[in-house]
Amino acid sequence: MTSRRQFIKISFAGAGTLAAGGAAWGAVKWISGKDETGITEPPLSRTPTYCEVCFWKCAGWIYKDSDGQIWKIIGNDEDLNCNGRLCPRGTGGVGMYNDEDRLKTPLIRVEERGKQVFREASWDEAFTYIADKMKAIAREHGPECIALFTHGSGGKYFGDLLQAFGSNNIAAPSYAQCRGPREVAFMATFGEGLESPEPTDIRDTKCMVLIGSHLGENMHNGQVQEMSDAIDKGAVIITVDPRFSTAASKSKYWLPIKPATDLALLLSWIHLIIKEEYYDKKYVEKYTYGFRELSEAVKNYTPEWAYGITTIPPDLIRKTAKEMANAAPAVIVHPGRHVTWYGDDTQRSRAIAILNALLGSWGRRGGFYRSEIVEIPSYPHPEFVEPSKTWRDAFPGKYVLADLALANGICDATIPVTTRDCSFKGWIVYGTNLIETLPNQKNTLEAIQNLDLMVVIDTMPMEITGWADVVLPECTYLERYDSIRVVPHRLPQIALRMPAAEPKYNSKPAYWMARQLALKLGLEAYFPFEKIEDLLDWQLKKIGTSLDEMKRIGVKTFPKAYDNLYFADDEEVEFFTNTGKIELYSTAFANEGFDPIPTYTAHPEPPPGYYRLIYGRAPMHTFSRTSNNPNLFDLMDENSLWVNPKVAKEWSLENGQRIYLKNQDEVVSEFPIKVRITERIRWDSVYMVHGFGHAEKRLRRTYGRGASDTKLITNVMLDPIMGGTGMRGNFVTFILNPEEAGVKA
Amino acid sequence: MAVNTRKCVGCSDCVVACQTENSVPIGFCRDWIVEVNNGTYPQITTEIRSERCNHCDNAPCVRCCPTGASHIIAGGIVLVKKTECIGCGACIASCPYDARYPHPSGYVDKCTFCEHRIKNGMLPACVEVCPTKCLYFGDLDDPNSDASVVLKKNRYKTLIPEAGTVPQLYFIY
Amino acid sequence: MKEELIVSGRMNDLVDPNLHIWHWPIPLYLFLGGMAAGILCLAALYYMQGKEDKYRTAVRITPFLAPLLLVLGLLALFIDLRHKLYFWQLYTNIKFQSPMSWGAWTLMVITPVSFIWCALNIKELFPKWDWKFRWLKFLDEFFTKYKKALAWVMLIFGIILGIYTGILLSAFNARPLWNTSILGPLFLASGISAGAAATLILSKNSEERTHFARIDLVFLGVELFLIIHMFMGFLASTQVQIDAARMFLGGEFTTSFWIFVVFMGMIIPALLEIMELRKYHIPAVIPALLVIFGSLMLRFIIVHAGQASRWLY
Ligand SMILES: Nc1nc2c(c(=O)[nH]1)N[C@H]1C(S)=C(S)[C@@H](COP(=O)(O)OP(=O)(O)OC[C@H]3O[C@@H](n4cnc5c(=O)[nH]c(N)nc54)[C@H](O)[C@@H]3O)O[C@H]1N2
Ligand SMILES: Nc1nc2c(c(=O)[nH]1)N[C@H]1C(S)=C(S)[C@@H](COP(=O)(O)OP(=O)(O)OC[C@H]3O[C@@H](n4cnc5c(=O)[nH]c(N)nc54)[C@H](O)[C@@H]3O)O[C@H]1N2
Ligand code: SF4
Ligand code: SF4
Ligand code: SF4
Ligand code: SF4
Ligand code: SF4
Ligand SMILES: [Mo]
Repeated sequence: MTSRRQFIKISFAGAGTLAAGGAAWGAVKWISGKDETGITEPPLSRTPTYCEVCFWKCAGWIYKDSDGQIWKIIGNDEDLNCNGRLCPRGTGGVGMYNDEDRLKTPLIRVEERGKQVFREASWDEAFTYIADKMKAIAREHGPECIALFTHGSGGKYFGDLLQAFGSNNIAAPSYAQCRGPREVAFMATFGEGLESPEPTDIRDTKCMVLIGSHLGENMHNGQVQEMSDAIDKGAVIITVDPRFSTAASKSKYWLPIKPATDLALLLSWIHLIIKEEYYDKKYVEKYTYGFRELSEAVKNYTPEWAYGITTIPPDLIRKTAKEMANAAPAVIVHPGRHVTWYGDDTQRSRAIAILNALLGSWGRRGGFYRSEIVEIPSYPHPEFVEPSKTWRDAFPGKYVLADLALANGICDATIPVTTRDCSFKGWIVYGTNLIETLPNQKNTLEAIQNLDLMVVIDTMPMEITGWADVVLPECTYLERYDSIRVVPHRLPQIALRMPAAEPKYNSKPAYWMARQLALKLGLEAYFPFEKIEDLLDWQLKKIGTSLDEMKRIGVKTFPKAYDNLYFADDEEVEFFTNTGKIELYSTAFANEGFDPIPTYTAHPEPPPGYYRLIYGRAPMHTFSRTSNNPNLFDLMDENSLWVNPKVAKEWSLENGQRIYLKNQDEVVSEFPIKVRITERIRWDSVYMVHGFGHAEKRLRRTYGRGASDTKLITNVMLDPIMGGTGMRGNFVTFILNPEEAGVKA
Repeated sequence: MAVNTRKCVGCSDCVVACQTENSVPIGFCRDWIVEVNNGTYPQITTEIRSERCNHCDNAPCVRCCPTGASHIIAGGIVLVKKTECIGCGACIASCPYDARYPHPSGYVDKCTFCEHRIKNGMLPACVEVCPTKCLYFGDLDDPNSDASVVLKKNRYKTLIPEAGTVPQLYFIY
Repeated sequence: MKEELIVSGRMNDLVDPNLHIWHWPIPLYLFLGGMAAGILCLAALYYMQGKEDKYRTAVRITPFLAPLLLVLGLLALFIDLRHKLYFWQLYTNIKFQSPMSWGAWTLMVITPVSFIWCALNIKELFPKWDWKFRWLKFLDEFFTKYKKALAWVMLIFGIILGIYTGILLSAFNARPLWNTSILGPLFLASGISAGAAATLILSKNSEERTHFARIDLVFLGVELFLIIHMFMGFLASTQVQIDAARMFLGGEFTTSFWIFVVFMGMIIPALLEIMELRKYHIPAVIPALLVIFGSLMLRFIIVHAGQASRWLY
């Protein structure tokens, strides 16, 4: 009996021959197709890193030119996340280093919050200021009233610091604003979440179903690469999206669904797969729990029923169900990643999980593989104090199934209410631009105004830094060491990040900052190593390698503890659910009073003259963080509003015209956005890429370009199960004439 | 070179990779992505192409160059010699694909097929980086080169063949 | 709906969103070259016909403009170069396939010829002129002896230059608007009419003026014919050329072309000249200046519009 993705503990002697020297200077194809080794150019100096432009964390090499300047970043061939090929953002990572708008020195606020008046400070001054405030908060309210928001590698060390200080309120927007619902749903179904990179076996799939998930624009590297491999191998792709996404354009079937109705389609597919007996009988029999209840529950979800809701013709629903069945078990109904859409997201993700279970794709080739991960030991340190309070106390009885802290929850619990004795008083914000990341900006700002202390650690003068008391400039990932990268994959791998250059300006790495603060707070026992190199070397030696070796090879692959990526025939598998089975009927949900099997609920639709605001990614940008990056700005310098030609005609809109947007709550976009008239979108929705419309003037390149979706997302549809923030229930209308709406032109 | 438009996602990685590899100044590019959408919702097709100099067999840019700065080297690669280029712009005007641009330093620049790399046995930077592996490079006279192999198996076209330049960039569609 | 767009933000300076690599210097260069060619051709022609005295201005006076125009033209070309330090590369290479190259070489030949022609006629302007040095006098005598040959050289290279100003553009089949063999004759005709107009202005002799007004008229007629012919050709051609023509038939360049070039630069002066020939009293400078202006505008508009015209793909 085996369980998937158990953490393996590796301690073996004499390893290290495996991946050594295998990297970039191997045999490469000569123009004539001959293999040719013995390259004449001497290898230039290169340093290993892993990318920090998004959270896929591809490993690569930083090359310098003959002047010793950082020149380019190239993927590490050994790395399973990137296979030697970075994505455009990773390749353009040099722009982060070169951006002359970077934060250059510590800043301390001198006027009221939000006025953005700062003075330059020394590091010591900044740390003293922070430490004093932290101590004061701990004295008056308890250390638990300080929270950390983190989205980035260095956040780990601030996490350690906070836990040492006595709080474990550590939240990432990548949970309740992103993949949380999916994690909870898969946990409820298969007994484990998906994590990152998702163990989708796309390269070997015969059929992939994308529910919104817009691979190709969503540039999570390995998945895009494997999608391309799958296309080569003739896999059928089915894309469900109100917009003709790039993925849709590569698909055999595009289902232009009415937004917010996906659950109806999924239920109908489940209905069909059961009714037509397309499901994997043996698998369902052997591994699942609650099939009978499920069959009963989906009895009436016919394609005709779904048609009325989704606008997808019944025969198309049938055909696509058949395609999935034909490919099963080499089929992936993709769980998506950013799934906080309509507030019933956990249930929608549950329906996806159930579909996969019925098709028998979990643990099967071309479905979901079993990944492995290397565990890196922590250096022994005194026990963290057990906090007496957590963020959960603010939500008694709620979100029990959420396995991580909610960023929005901490935000809400910062706004004082009479029913709660303590609200959050201090925020440390590491590498997340909460202003553009959390929906309902007004709420975020109100929370911030109630803080005694807000520290922001960032590389760029993003919106969030404008609200801080202290801003600490971090150097970019090209200028620092960080923790060893461990990610689950087909093979267990680790990657090293080391600096290729001295930090520019007066910026510093997170480890150094966290440790200096620890010294001020009397917590040095938690940071015994003065230099992170020594910590890393200690950790690496524990797992059978060393800093020296890793500097040379960048990525190291460890032997697999399990010999099989997939369930063997007749393998007994125990799932970490209450029943030990794949739960088609979720006992955990039932216990908490939620529907154990998803049911369809209708969502509001846009009123006349309004359109649903949907958003997504552009392949060359990451959220709001790259829009000022000179290289990536060059590729895309603003977002545009996708409008169907019919709608454009009705409004007499012209291509390229700049208009303002107003949402259902009368919130108007701060800047105008360029209209793109395109057939690639339904007429009930408009689309824009997230991450533009920066209102921060210090971002000189990107300031005022395009519109911010976040600003227009004021209606948050909370997921009752795990507290995720559904963000696609917002409707906008057009303002062609700025004066008319009192917008300052 | 062959480009598989069925796989290209328009991510523009090839563009950034070229910029960094060849120190193309910010604001300029040697390669670029074109997206063509046809049809009416919901019957739409989208073609995405990574384009660059076509290294034309019958290159008007080379013909019209008054100094010989634009020239063709063995293997059919069209190049510009910086020190012979007077920056007259004739070649820019002569290229139906707008594949050339005036470098801020005065001379005219364009895709070199990363000649400095291929002569050292490496692939062009854009080919090497492409996440979807939809760019194929190789000697078209060699039936076993990556480009020849993929072209043999697929339907392809060139851009504006009517212009008579005999372009050497093939688009699989 | 068809939608075609560059999604990687390409914005190469002077190339995107529409080619605009050539600003004022190139059309000016083409105009100056064309007008100089016109002047020199007419001078050579009448000289060879032995009408040197009858059309004294055209043969002996107007050519004094030519070196000036040519030098200014070369200067404009030089200004247009973006890698100026390498200018000399133009004259270490002869590229027969490159109009730019043989244009540069033609200028290399005709500019000194035009200087010599002026030198031979210098006494027309400065009757007391004296070549101070013996060798200069010798040269003067030498060329006077071979003046006929010189005139031939001038005529041939004048025609080449005149046609070249058009061919330079029509060699670019990348720009559908330029891609027509009519541009050569059209620019030659336009250059000759501008050259004739110059004589019209300078000449004090009414017989000569009448003659040159006629010449102007003839060439304006030729130009109009060529223009109509050109558009008919475009409209009967491929989609891209139809689109190119449309820029002038309702598109962006319609007003500027038809008003400045055709109406003000051709029809009005033609009417005025006809009236003058009919003995209405009209100051000759007016139509002449209009013709020159039209000829200049023709280059500007064709150069600009040509850059805006492109293949659809
Ligand atoms: N280039 C780039 N890549 C990224 C990121 C980035 O910032 N930049 N971020 C990464 C991160 S953290 C995440 S979470 C992922 C997010 O990427 P995904 O998980 O792919 O995000 P989605 O929300 O599924 O994708 C947006 C798509 O959903 C469609 N959509 C909108 N409403 C609906 C609806 O009601 N139903 C359906 N079926 N579709 C709908 C939109 O049209 C759009 O195509 O991307 C990752 N990859
Ligand atoms: N409206 C809207 N909101 C969204 C989304 C959306 O699509 N639309 N997507 C949601 C999703 S899926 C996610 S995962 C979240 C992501 O949310 P965030 O992670 O907050 O994304 P960014 O806006 O890119 O903010 C990242 C911040 O980190 C900083 N940074 C970058 N590198 C470093 C570094 O090395 N060190 C430090 N200290 N800082 C660094 C950047 O300058 C930037 O301020 O957003 C969610 N919120
Ligand atoms: S997917 Fe792209 S941005 Fe993300 S880590 Fe990899 S290379 Fe960097
Ligand atoms: S890198 Fe590859 S997939 Fe991306 S745009 Fe270029 S050719 Fe297309
Ligand atoms: S694409 Fe343009 S620049 Fe390249 S060879 Fe052809 S004509 Fe010359
Ligand atoms: S700009 Fe340079 S390369 Fe181009 S035609 Fe002129 S001299 Fe030749
Ligand atoms: S071959 Fe080299 S020069 Fe040409 S586009 Fe690709 S990376 Fe740029
Ligand atoms: Mo995310």
